[in-house]
Amino acid sequence: MATQKKGRYGEFGGQYIPETLMNALLQLENQYEKFKNDKSFIGEFEFYLKEYAGRPSLLYFADRMTKDLGGAKIYLKREDLNHTGSHKINNVIGQALLAKRMGKKRLIAETGAGQHGVATATAATLFNMECEIFMGKEDMERQALNVFRMRLLGAKVRPVLSGTGTLKDATSEAMREWASRIDDTYFAIGSVVGPHPYPMIVRDSQSVIGREVKTQIMEKERRYPDYIIACVGGGSNAMGLFHPFIEDKEVNMIGVEAAGEGVNTVRHAAAIAKGSVGVLHGMKSYFLQDRDGQIDPVYSISAGLDYPGIGPEHAHLYSSGRAQYVPATDNEAVEAFKYLTRVEGIIPAIESAHAVAYAVKLAPTLPKDKIIVVNISGRGDKDVYSIAKYMGEDISSEG
Amino acid sequence: MGRIQDKFDELKNINTKALITFVTAGDPTIEATKKIVSEIEQKGADLIELGIPYSDPIAEGPVIQAANIRALKNDIKIKNIMDAVMEMRTQVKVPIVYLLYYNCIFQYGADKFFDDCKNSGVDGVIIPDLPFEEQDEIKDTALKYSIDIISLVSPTSKDRVERIARSARGFLYCVSSLGVTGTRESFDTNFEEFFSIINKSVTIPTALGFGISTPEHIKKLKGYCDGLIVGSAIVRRVGESSTEDEAVAKVGEFVSSLRSAMDE
Ligand SMILES: Cc1ncc(COP(=O)(O)O)c(C=O)c1O
Repeated sequence: MATQKKGRYGEFGGQYIPETLMNALLQLENQYEKFKNDKSFIGEFEFYLKEYAGRPSLLYFADRMTKDLGGAKIYLKREDLNHTGSHKINNVIGQALLAKRMGKKRLIAETGAGQHGVATATAATLFNMECEIFMGKEDMERQALNVFRMRLLGAKVRPVLSGTGTLKDATSEAMREWASRIDDTYFAIGSVVGPHPYPMIVRDSQSVIGREVKTQIMEKERRYPDYIIACVGGGSNAMGLFHPFIEDKEVNMIGVEAAGEGVNTVRHAAAIAKGSVGVLHGMKSYFLQDRDGQIDPVYSISAGLDYPGIGPEHAHLYSSGRAQYVPATDNEAVEAFKYLTRVEGIIPAIESAHAVAYAVKLAPTLPKDKIIVVNISGRGDKDVYSIAKYMGEDISSEG
Repeated sequence: MGRIQDKFDELKNINTKALITFVTAGDPTIEATKKIVSEIEQKGADLIELGIPYSDPIAEGPVIQAANIRALKNDIKIKNIMDAVMEMRTQVKVPIVYLLYYNCIFQYGADKFFDDCKNSGVDGVIIPDLPFEEQDEIKDTALKYSIDIISLVSPTSKDRVERIARSARGFLYCVSSLGVTGTRESFDTNFEEFFSIINKSVTIPTALGFGISTPEHIKKLKGYCDGLIVGSAIVRRVGESSTEDEAVAKVGEFVSSLRSAMDE
């Protein structure tokens, strides 16, 4: 590890980005290195996480679910209870504070499910910055509620029509916008993806999830969990949970990818299960692509997991064998969504429901003294409309 | 020496500058591209950039993005483009360089890619998402097949210019302004200052690109560098044409007007 190249996780990561952005990235790295150890910066970050986002989020023992499944003990990390309804706020508070210290006046971001967009729009309001969110046209339809929330918060939402009109294209478009307004604009990327230093910055701010879990589980169980499970789009909620546990080899880390209609169909977004090493959005990682390097159109019921790649540090955790990645289909996720709602009275985001789906499979296969922690990365209010549609029910008020 | 350097030397001797033109390969078909390239050469282009269509061209504006989509609709492969270049090489004499995204080379396999470039008659590659720091991955392979990796500098490069310019090959691609490709009305960049930094360390020819779209731009900018690059303004004409013949005619006429502006 000592000879590791800067910004690399094994062979993954790097800075594959147009020259126009290079100095901006180097400056970002430099400023981040300066502030991340700065007491007043850390103090401010912790203040807003606690007083504004509502941290620490709870680690809840899912008693009914545990009994119902009849195996390992299940704990839920309640990121859905954060202000704005998901883990995305952790990252955005960190980056918005950094942007302010760097003298930037405008935040831009890409969004898939709209949770990162809402979190960014919220931070822009809180810190008095201008805000523009890039969102695929198809996602704007799937997540109309979040589009409205962003607009209420005063952000501009720019529809992205290029490519497949989803998260991948929104990310490309936000990068293009950044390249044309570097001076006053900060690009607040929403997951552990993109060129270095973004995967590191996002991981560092999300790691609060795993650090809290360590403390909370020690209090409740006097030991670390046997399994920690999170859904993976770009991988920020999973990396936030995993990272503090990387050196604790007895803790099994499992990322759950979106298998859409199944990994053996062409309609899924399982970059680890079905992808290969490639380069996109500034990083070398696993991507779904053809042999000419064209990125495949991907699909998931969950807009937040509908991305053809995965963050570079996950690619490394996978290829080094430290973490495991498994797929969950639309169907399994929807069943898990309904299950958690009915059994625990918690409506999870459809993204998080992918992680729940795997826990539901795993728990009964384990003895009762094993412990599983599942990250509930967000709440499901935003999803009820599309879930109803999936179930064939019409809940529109015009009806 | 290679075609690129020979071309710039030749132009210097006759006291003019290089007109570098960009088209997206396979837009709308590879047959059309062959005709357009041949026409462009006849109407006075000195170097041809062929864009390899890509699903996620992050340095490209709407015009070239649309061209990529048109080309990819026909399921064009890099191999088809290599074959087309080899065929064109029987008559096209000017240097040809590819513009493509790094993932295309990475998937194709760098060794095979540069070998095929050499065999087809491609002289260089411009890789917008492979900055100086990441070039080590393929530098030696490109060198082995004598293919120039053409480096870019932009107005934001500042202290990076020296390092990039010193090790650059072929010609140095100087990006006119912030943002992505696409036509621009005017430029905010202070070119005197930009090129004074560049000229301190560069030993190869320089060419300015991004946004150059009219004969007036050519007249105004040709004094700063050794060549000017016109992309979106050509690609737009291809996109606006309803037949291949119309595209050839429109592009040919436009390139003539650029040539006249350059030689004036
Ligand atoms: C609730 C929720 N969970 C998970 C994700 C996936 O992102 P990541 O993999 O970066 O956590 C999203 C993305 O929009 C989300 O909104």
